[in-house]
Amino acid sequence: MALIWDGIVTAFSLVFGGDAEVWSITWLSLKVSGLATTISLVVGIPLGILLAMTRFPGRSLAVALVNTGMGLPPVVVGLFVSIFLWRSGPLGFLDLIYSPAAMVIAQVVIAFPIVAGLTLTSFQTLNPNLGLQLLGIGASKPQLLWLLCKEARLPLLAAVMAGFGGVISEVGASMMVGGNIRGQTRVLTTATVLESGKGNFDIAIALGLILLALSFAVNFLLTHIQQREQIRWPKPS
Amino acid sequence: MAETLLSLRDIAVRHGEVTVLRLSRLDVERGEILAIIGPNGAGKSTLLRVMGMLQQPSAGIIHFRGEEVGRDNALLMRRRTASVFQEPLLLNASVYENAALGLKLRGLGRAEIRERLHPWLERLRISNLASRRVRTLSGGELQRTSLTRALALDPELLLLDEPFSALDPPTRESLLIDLREILNQTGVTTVFVTHDRHEAFMLGSRIGVLREGRLLQVGPGLEVFTRPLDESVAEIVGADTRIPALVESSANGVARVRFDGGVAEAMGAFNAGARVILCLRPEDIILSRETGAPRDAERPNRLRVKVLKIIPSTLHYRLALQCRGSQLSALITRSAFMNLGVNVGDDLIASFNPAAVHIIPIRKQ
Amino acid sequence: MRKKLSLIYFTAPIAALALFALATLVLAGEAPQRNVILSTTTSTQDTGLLDVLVPLFEKQTGYSVKTISVGTGQALALAAKGDADVALVHAPTLEKQYVADRKLMNRRLVMYNDFVIVGPKEDPARVASVKKAVEALKLIEKAGARFVSRGDNSGTHILEKTLWKQAGIDAKGAWYIESGQGMGATLGIANERNAYALADRATYLAFTKRLVLAVLLEGDKPLLNIYSVMEVNPAGGPRINAAGGKAFADFMVAPATQAAIKSFGREKFGRPLFVPVAGMKEENLGE
Repeated sequence: MALIWDGIVTAFSLVFGGDAEVWSITWLSLKVSGLATTISLVVGIPLGILLAMTRFPGRSLAVALVNTGMGLPPVVVGLFVSIFLWRSGPLGFLDLIYSPAAMVIAQVVIAFPIVAGLTLTSFQTLNPNLGLQLLGIGASKPQLLWLLCKEARLPLLAAVMAGFGGVISEVGASMMVGGNIRGQTRVLTTATVLESGKGNFDIAIALGLILLALSFAVNFLLTHIQQREQIRWPKPS
Repeated sequence: MAETLLSLRDIAVRHGEVTVLRLSRLDVERGEILAIIGPNGAGKSTLLRVMGMLQQPSAGIIHFRGEEVGRDNALLMRRRTASVFQEPLLLNASVYENAALGLKLRGLGRAEIRERLHPWLERLRISNLASRRVRTLSGGELQRTSLTRALALDPELLLLDEPFSALDPPTRESLLIDLREILNQTGVTTVFVTHDRHEAFMLGSRIGVLREGRLLQVGPGLEVFTRPLDESVAEIVGADTRIPALVESSANGVARVRFDGGVAEAMGAFNAGARVILCLRPEDIILSRETGAPRDAERPNRLRVKVLKIIPSTLHYRLALQCRGSQLSALITRSAFMNLGVNVGDDLIASFNPAAVHIIPIRKQ
Repeated sequence: MRKKLSLIYFTAPIAALALFALATLVLAGEAPQRNVILSTTTSTQDTGLLDVLVPLFEKQTGYSVKTISVGTGQALALAAKGDADVALVHAPTLEKQYVADRKLMNRRLVMYNDFVIVGPKEDPARVASVKKAVEALKLIEKAGARFVSRGDNSGTHILEKTLWKQAGIDAKGAWYIESGQGMGATLGIANERNAYALADRATYLAFTKRLVLAVLLEGDKPLLNIYSVMEVNPAGGPRINAAGGKAFADFMVAPATQAAIKSFGREKFGRPLFVPVAGMKEENLGE
């Protein structure tokens, strides 16, 4: 128990004492996972909507792939992305291995099936005729999509949170494609592994707590949006 | 001076191998209320979607007020119509927000929306519900909201797909009455689909009969109901007495047909010897008891029948009657029924006016 | 709904690609030729030596070093594939193999630290009574005392296996525990289970506050942990920064660096962790 208390104290001193390295690690975690989640949303949400609302040959295979992708072990993703990004790999010429960009790529591969799969189910909760009715009162296709997203925002935001949660907390892929290089690709999760491997449990716990706090803050914000019932509209006089 | 608002030509809608709808021609006149009736699976909803430009037909051309509807103007055209479906299909928001949605999608400002929406909320009697969330409303209130949403758009064409089928009878009645009044007052061109022919007759100025994707007949309500063009239409419009017959003679605008059970006279000119269907609406059959001695000579439009079945309902009694080899179906008021004192197995006289007799020629396929 | 929303789905992948390109720009590092990838082991990294030396190198030369610290096997494999430019490891037998295979070249000694045999203070197997590591292992096996091995083919593990072989013992059984993890974790397990272990001194010193294990045998010549630097053969793969790799290797054996290595560890551990041996012959070490 003393260990956890040490961790809490260390966490406070690192964060509020302005430890530059911890701040930069935290900031990098946020940047990498934030960017990865955003890209996953851009790719995953339309894919999920497409799968939910259209029928085409091979659709059930695509859905099965997405569902499998939701459970991909991050370390396996990291291994495969590494193979591509290594100098000896087909994409080696991009010189991305051991860079934050590589971590973003790996995290996108992890997160976008989660986002797509949960978007798919969230749209399937909508009445299948709702889209038709909205078109029938004059919605353009982009307006239709926006309205459906708003209508499905409860499960949809859950998809966002699941996508973000899946990558901010993963360590296997980040380690493999990022290399945990100090000042370059070290993020909260990989730093935690490093510190506990070195036996610095107080720092490891501190980093873990910071990660939890970060994750909580983001999810709090998203939950707030998700659960908000009232949309700003004038009260009729 | 009827202006054609919407014209459909050579429309075909295919779903894989199956042709769901085929129409060579249908025009919707401005200001009319066209009711489309037909059995389930007839393609009524498909037709409505095609009219509302919500579904592109596999073939065919649509003109809206003379202008052809194509890919590039589809949205603009669609926005001149408004559709209401059987399920209210509202968003998880307040009544006001839902009703205002169509206006909001067209980019109107808040003040303008409020101005346009309020009279409609009044007319559909849901002003007091404006700030209520739709999850708390009854079926009728939901459908009123959906209607408000559509009507507030002042559409040039209003499309209703069985809007009242999912409601219980009293709610349906009340809404029908309100709608009828609104449509009469505003004169908005309306096409609505229903499987209830009474609703169609009550609301529609013209009725179209659809079956298995084909438009069998379209015309003023009374005409379609009393002068169905073929057996299918007759069945759909409720001209329940259909007896195969042979034209005996036809002269001076009066035709005489013979069937198993008797003879009838009808208006019209037909080829002697032609095979036809004798068609009667149930409410046009008058029942009485034989008075005096039975006469052997047969009289046209006056048959001896036996009561097979009595089916009561709230206002009428439906009787299934047997006349030798032919069956008839009659509908009489309760008071008439009571006066007659009918039982199953009774012998009655069924008579009808020649004007009520409708002859359907059998077309050789 | 059978609506084709094709327009959106064509723009989405394009938007994603655009975002990705932006991301790459935002997060991109420097030009590739300024990067030197150094593959080394976790235990080397954990000593903290590289945290001192690498910035020195970067300042001197302007290169930017990416230090990848993984297991010995992976460090060598990465270098051999050309996914690193220079390797700093401490597994002489393996290293010599790689050099023989011409995957790595120009092997130069850098420094050494040593291994120690640690165990419970009570020393049930009486390890402290002998001077040679092989003898100690024989005693441990005879007593059936618990021993925790790295079990991960690291330099430490390879040395351990060599010693068992020399002792003529096939280490197996309930008393022999393979942790499959790094040195710190392995020591932790030994600590919990009151077991013996073979550890590099640096890690032991780093963990000493948390351990009740004591050093029971040290100073035997086979227990030397020799670090060498090797450059990656540029013919081994595309995009190998041979110049950068060479620059780092040269740096590691340079006199100034060697001096820095000599004094490293004094404040933290009270005694230096490494003995710099650049230029010496391997047979002569430990004398």
